[in-house]
Amino acid sequence: MQLINPGIGLIFWMTLAFSLVLFILGKYAWPAILKGLKEREQSIQEALDSAKEAQEQMKRLKTDNEKLLKEAMEERDTILTEARKMKDQIIGDAKGKAEKEASVIVESAKEKINSEKLAALREIKSTVAEYSIEIAEKILREELKDKAKQKKYIEKLLKETSLN
Amino acid sequence: MAAKETSSVEKGADTQKEQLDIGDMIMEHVTDSYEWHFFTIGEHHVSLYLPVILYDKGHWILFSSSKLKHDASYKGYHVAKDGPNVGKLVRTNAKGKEVLPQLDISITKTVFAILINAFLVVLIFLSIAKSYRKRKGQAPKGMQSLLEPLVLFIRDDVARDSIGEEKYERYLPYLMTLFFFILFSNLFGIFPFFPGGANVTGNIAVTGIMAFFTFVITTMSSNKHYWKDIFNTPGVPWWLKFPIPLMPFVELLGIFTKPFVLMVRLFANMVSGHIVLAGFISLIFIFGKFGVGLGYGVSILSISFAIFLDLLEVLVAFIQAYVFVLLSALYFGMATEVPEHH
Repeated sequence: MQLINPGIGLIFWMTLAFSLVLFILGKYAWPAILKGLKEREQSIQEALDSAKEAQEQMKRLKTDNEKLLKEAMEERDTILTEARKMKDQIIGDAKGKAEKEASVIVESAKEKINSEKLAALREIKSTVAEYSIEIAEKILREELKDKAKQKKYIEKLLKETSLN
Repeated sequence: MAAKETSSVEKGADTQKEQLDIGDMIMEHVTDSYEWHFFTIGEHHVSLYLPVILYDKGHWILFSSSKLKHDASYKGYHVAKDGPNVGKLVRTNAKGKEVLPQLDISITKTVFAILINAFLVVLIFLSIAKSYRKRKGQAPKGMQSLLEPLVLFIRDDVARDSIGEEKYERYLPYLMTLFFFILFSNLFGIFPFFPGGANVTGNIAVTGIMAFFTFVITTMSSNKHYWKDIFNTPGVPWWLKFPIPLMPFVELLGIFTKPFVLMVRLFANMVSGHIVLAGFISLIFIFGKFGVGLGYGVSILSISFAIFLDLLEVLVAFIQAYVFVLLSALYFGMATEVPEHH
């Protein structure tokens, strides 16, 4: 059977050709190809890893930022409440002080008014007394012009006194 | 009138001969020859005549196979038409028997196809290697991206899975070369025009050499555990090993049957594909002899079948290359396997 009875020449050439292909490719092609593939796979893996890391860093940064923002907001809130409190306090203080001052002023004004009133009353009293004395003098002068009347009045006064 | 009769008789004999030739034609297509026959126009054969290199009776003899045209004999050598050495160059010795020359290393059709194939494989992969060096860490391009999936497939799914993470890299150059050599040979064999069309992997010498390489590498890289498994197969009842060493004998035989099976599988698959394809094409001519119309009618069926088979052959080309390499890798894996300590 021709099919399964190969010639020695074919075996010789096949061995030679296959060995040569194996040698040449094994020396010059496969190491370069496999190395290239491996390197590329590594670089891709590295790129993926670094991308993942960057993503994580981004995430971390974001949470940091959020934290910072939250802190800032809280601080703003406390500052605001403090400011409000301070404002209230200042306003309250100012009010209190103003009230006090106002009452002091009113008090002193009242006192002044009182003393002025008293002084005025005193003047009015003394003036009234002077006028009364003058009027009484004039009335007495008029009344005691005639002697008979003088005598009668003295007697009457005496009578009253002795009765007392 | 008589002349006309003779010619018609001759014509009839010719037809008879041509019909009988179909089997020979198919065999000629799948076997080796000293010339590369392309096609025949009328009586004129268009062939590539390859060099014949012989060593006989202490001399090197070199001549072109064109000297053997039309069954001619040259320097006492002719191609045997029958007998045990059919298709090979023989000379008739003193006793009138056909004997082979001492050494025949002619560049036959198959050898020439092997050389072309080897040259192309080397060329392609050297250029790919160059692009890997040049385009470091970049995306593959052109031929590189065409063959990279196959390279990755052989590396990851064949070599690494069969041999194991630690040792597979040592065998990669061989497995890659084997795979692409077989694949390219298979595909060239399907391609019907020169330099394709030669039946390289459907030749038992070619597959035998590759199986022998696998056998040598397996045996060379075998460790103690591999031989222990052969001579003292675990998980087998003791009476299969002693007093008659039945299992060791079977296992020892297995060392040789494994590469033998590799050789036969690839050879048989490729040669059968070629024979069936050639058969379908020949059907057209067989029916054509009965009538031109019938020939045309059958050709539609025949060609559609041939196209289907051709596509099937492309699939087979890949599958057989894959199977050969996968089994080789599995054998290497077996030879280098380290027993797990429990």
